[in-house]
Amino acid sequence: MVTRDKFGLFNLSNSLVFSLYALVCVFPLYYILVLTLSDNQWAASGVLVLYPKGFHLQNYVNVLRFEGILPAMFVSVLKTVVGTACTLLGTSFLAYLFTKKGMFLRKALYRFVIISMYFNAGLIPWYINMRNLQLTNNFLGYIVPYIVMPFYLILMKTYMESIPPALEESASIDGAGTLQVFFRIIFPLSRPILATVAVFESVNQWNNLKDNLFLMTRSRLHTLQYILYNYMSEVDALAARMRSQAGAGLGSSAISLTPMAVRMTVAMLVVLPILFVYPVLQRHFAKGIMLGAMKG
Amino acid sequence: MSRRDRSGLLSPTAGKPRIRQDVRLFLMALPFLALIFVFSYLPLYGWIYAFFDFRPGFRLADCEFRGLFFFRLMVSDPVSRGEVIRVLTNTFAISGLNLSIQVLPLFFAVFLVEIRSSRLRRTVQSLTTMPNFLSWPLVFAFAYSMLSVDDGFINRLLVQVGALGNPVNFLASSDHVWLTQTGYLVWKTLGWTAIIYLAAISSIDSELYEAAEIDGADRFRIMRHITIPHLLPTFFVLVLLSIANFLNNGMEQYFVFQNALNKDRIEVLDLYVYNIGIRSGMMGYNYSFATAVGVLKSLVSVVLLFVANWGSKRIRGVSIL
Repeated sequence: MVTRDKFGLFNLSNSLVFSLYALVCVFPLYYILVLTLSDNQWAASGVLVLYPKGFHLQNYVNVLRFEGILPAMFVSVLKTVVGTACTLLGTSFLAYLFTKKGMFLRKALYRFVIISMYFNAGLIPWYINMRNLQLTNNFLGYIVPYIVMPFYLILMKTYMESIPPALEESASIDGAGTLQVFFRIIFPLSRPILATVAVFESVNQWNNLKDNLFLMTRSRLHTLQYILYNYMSEVDALAARMRSQAGAGLGSSAISLTPMAVRMTVAMLVVLPILFVYPVLQRHFAKGIMLGAMKG
Repeated sequence: MSRRDRSGLLSPTAGKPRIRQDVRLFLMALPFLALIFVFSYLPLYGWIYAFFDFRPGFRLADCEFRGLFFFRLMVSDPVSRGEVIRVLTNTFAISGLNLSIQVLPLFFAVFLVEIRSSRLRRTVQSLTTMPNFLSWPLVFAFAYSMLSVDDGFINRLLVQVGALGNPVNFLASSDHVWLTQTGYLVWKTLGWTAIIYLAAISSIDSELYEAAEIDGADRFRIMRHITIPHLLPTFFVLVLLSIANFLNNGMEQYFVFQNALNKDRIEVLDLYVYNIGIRSGMMGYNYSFATAVGVLKSLVSVVLLFVANWGSKRIRGVSIL
């Protein structure tokens, strides 16, 4: 009986600690959402905001009218969609070629690809290289470096090797060439692993700040992540943007923008796509953990 | 169809089509291999900038050859030496802390599976994994929403309950930078990394647990003698990987959290190279000096990787490469 009580206490406190930690993980998100939907003057007045008051959507309407926000959303979405598609196609095709035993120098070339995961030349040489390739201030700089990603390649190759070779052979006998076999048979049959790579790579693309930061100075190539960083860290940039946006309702009414309201609204714009794909992401965790472990 | 006809015409003998197939596969792979070469191997050429007084906009041939000058600068010049020591201290402190928190996901998983209600367990798991998928600018925005002076929830809460007279600027403070940065990393990655251990726990043979329960072992003994020993191999791999990445603690996190007040404590190697090389207008020695620091970093990282790999082979008999 004594032990049962002890375990009851253990269960209770264990559940409680985990629930509290879960709250710590999501509370900021809730707080930001409430701030963006509330009366801006009330939110800025120093009260403890726990629920929305004076509900309105004007922050979102006004921030979307900010110069540069819609183009940045467009760039972010485009780089995520195009980048992920290119990674999937390029990496899976190379992975397929590496499953073909007949390939000239196959082992050496595979090693050549894998080794590239384990070192990098450093930031400055990489940056100069990107500039020499004219990929700075060029949308392709968001895409081309990620066409072949060695770690995804390992996962895809392993998966493709588990596809029964008979399927491929019968297609070859029917006269299909390498490309046809790949697109008609291998690519569709690899859908589970491709889906995993797709969700993880699209999150990576959406979240990547570095490529914008290092490579793109032109404002029409800026991503939403960069805008968020900029508004969060450079008070002057945000103030100037808000002043130049005379129509965005500056003043002291409930819906007129405050710097905090702008920042938090942009943060919501950045986090929303992640929240939308999160349920899909969760289904791929089991395979995705290998990706997470490798990135270290 | 036409492709087959053509290859039939060009290679009528039995041996030839096989060779052609070899080469054809190779040629198809070539554009992709070229990408790997261009983005991963070609930058190595840039190491040469560490040996020249390189100024952007000039051709390398027009730059003065300085030999090991920029490497010696790190040791001989007191200012540069001080900088390098400061940055290395930050790197070692933050990486050391990150290494020491590697046990947290293990215990997180071990205790999470003890939650009786599977509904609560699943909810906790999906809520605590979510931060892993937020970008660092977002994590900063989250931290800002909690900790900023005027609008931060924590500041308002502490002032309202009377624990603080005036709000504290937590984010600009240079105190405990290493610890708070480690805290943010834990917040972001703990739930996610625990999934690796959860997968390992679910693969433990349930007969072991049944046998232990029959023998009268309580839950803590079961944890200590069954669950945790089964998780140690995974734990070792993760520790070794983080040793291999000791110098590569990334820069996005420290970049978004850096400000004038905490810069001295937060600048890790990667961030330092970025700050002096690319951000600060590329003047003076910076470009070449930053490259020289980067070269040393890359070399040491490769050594660490081999050490970690050797350790893995010694301990587990499996290579991590």
